[in-house]
Amino acid sequence: MTATPGALSPGELDTSKPLTAVPQRSLAIEVSALSKRYGEVQAVHSVSFSVERGEVFAFLGPNGAGKSTTIKMLCTLARPSAGRARVAGFDVVRQPKAVRRHIGLVFQDQTLDDQLTAEENLRFHAVLYRVPHDQVARRIDRVLRLVALEDRRRDLVGTFSGGMARRLEIARGMLHTPSVLFLDEPTVGLDPQTRALMWEDVLRMRREEGVTIFLTTHYMDEAEYADRIAIIDHGQIVALDTPDQLKHQVAADAVELVTADDVVAEQRLAAAGFQVRRDPERLVIFTANGEAQVARIVESAGVAVRNVHVHRPTLDDVFLHYTGRQIREGPAERSVAMPLRARMTRRR
Amino acid sequence: MTALDLPYPPAVLADERQDLLSELRTVGMVWERELIRFARTRTRILSGFTQPILFLFVLGYGMTTLVGTTGGFDFKKFVFPGIVAMTVVSTAIFSAISIVWDREFGFLREMLVAPVSRAALVVGKTLGGASVATVQGTIMLVLAPLIGVHLTALLVVEVIATELLMAVALTTFGVFVASRIQKMEGFQVVMQLLLFPMLFLSGALFPLKGLPTWLAVITRINPLTYAVDPLRHVVFAVQHMPPAAAARFSTGVSLFGYTLPIGVELGIVCTFAVVFLSLAIAGFGRPE
Ligand SMILES: Nc1ncnc2c1ncn2[C@@H]1O[C@H](COP(=O)(O)OP(=O)(O)O)[C@@H](O)[C@H]1O
Ligand SMILES: [Mg+2]
Repeated sequence: MTATPGALSPGELDTSKPLTAVPQRSLAIEVSALSKRYGEVQAVHSVSFSVERGEVFAFLGPNGAGKSTTIKMLCTLARPSAGRARVAGFDVVRQPKAVRRHIGLVFQDQTLDDQLTAEENLRFHAVLYRVPHDQVARRIDRVLRLVALEDRRRDLVGTFSGGMARRLEIARGMLHTPSVLFLDEPTVGLDPQTRALMWEDVLRMRREEGVTIFLTTHYMDEAEYADRIAIIDHGQIVALDTPDQLKHQVAADAVELVTADDVVAEQRLAAAGFQVRRDPERLVIFTANGEAQVARIVESAGVAVRNVHVHRPTLDDVFLHYTGRQIREGPAERSVAMPLRARMTRRR
Repeated sequence: MTALDLPYPPAVLADERQDLLSELRTVGMVWERELIRFARTRTRILSGFTQPILFLFVLGYGMTTLVGTTGGFDFKKFVFPGIVAMTVVSTAIFSAISIVWDREFGFLREMLVAPVSRAALVVGKTLGGASVATVQGTIMLVLAPLIGVHLTALLVVEVIATELLMAVALTTFGVFVASRIQKMEGFQVVMQLLLFPMLFLSGALFPLKGLPTWLAVITRINPLTYAVDPLRHVVFAVQHMPPAAAARFSTGVSLFGYTLPIGVELGIVCTFAVVFLSLAIAGFGRPE
């Protein structure tokens, strides 16, 4: 693995050592040098990480990065080409059935039967996952309450909106009280309001059921909910840390300035030793501790300043830093000469 | 290997001894789902009858005029068990399309990732499809009085049992094909291509006597032949048939000059079911 040294957390596995034979009790997931090759395509290339119990852990990466493939291997749906992984203490290759019994899984694509009611879908799942007969009704009540769908339990899933179906799937994933819940791009295609609701559900599950959550996403703002994030690109983990640490490590704050004369201000600020970029309608100054520097920046600019605003780095900036690309497909909005792309629209 | 000592309820720590019980519950649940879905699609139930009824009346009445009546027994009565078989067979074979459907709509994954054996899933599917086919076939019996076919309680029970065996065999075959074919259209094309030749060459629609040798050989290779004949045999056993009629519309499949006993025929159908069940289980949702 070729992660940036500073981006590794203390919980990270050293890939040069084999996995210990006895499962570490606090770890929900341990992955060591896991790889998957499909013919010529190296979908996942020697990734290593571990997830603690009760953690919300996010895989962040663009389409084709290898997120789903990693989940498939952890859920025993795809056989690793190399490397090892343990989930809930069980080896994914040697104890697949035990792994499956201890995980909940929400796929990227919907897997509900829309000719059945919500309750029937859950009952089906309860039987296949061996929820004891006398607990089924209670568990169904509980998970439906967790996602606020109690009053729709007798409705056919075919009548559900995309968001409701997704939340029902999450409820279903929790039905058999798994110790790890895997969510593959859980919020794709949902409107922002539904996404927020879904996140409330997920965090409530973690709080009330103590479940460990492993999710993948290519939405930056979503990864912020995670305790830790692994940025994955071309099948490799390029960074792994808490969202705050990642942002802190990669970039300075951006101070945006609208002045009476941007050209003059740019020259003076550069002369004063600031790193400046001139955009069409404004200047962007990159500096540590942006807020504390505002007075000095305005003074150094030496022209009338109409508007100032300090912008903390976002995960987009982090992603750009590690991959040299923006996560969203399509051409970049503007050329990125600077290591930091300041975005007006999203601010912390 | 020890599990993490998790503070979770024992739901997920079910005893290994419960494996068999849990597999049986899975079979039951998969079966139940097939029936629920069947009961909810009225159009499918109705459309399942259109073709057999069309065949019964068009072929039955048309041929009766042509063939005539022997001692009060006519072609309609002869073909009736064959039409019941046709209903069962086509429903059974096409019930497996739900697997292709499940694959397309993702539900197959929900089943395959569950900690249950593929065998339990395939058996559940098979029993579900077979039950549906048996129900469809049995409903066809309401037309019996119209055709002049005499029914008794015992006869109905025997017909249901025979239908069930036939349905299981054909459903396993359907599941086997569905487990290998990924696309909906592909499944439909393959099944249509197989279904009609299999039906026409099974004795369901015309007697297997006095056929040219090449045709006789094909009908003897066709496994459906051995499922249709017992059904006809069971129905004819309680009909009033003068010897001339019995000779004209005979039952029984002869192989190398011997007429096979019903037991052997049913045995052939069972073997067919077991072979395709094993193949279906083996081919069902392998991991990547
Ligand atoms: N079953 C498969 N066969 C061949 N290639 C695959 C298969 N699944 C995934 N891939 C390839 O592996 C890479 C990673 O895919 P995936 O894990 O689905 O990415 P992500 O989920 O991050 O979008 C892609 O290049 C994809 O085309
Ligand atoms: Mg994916």
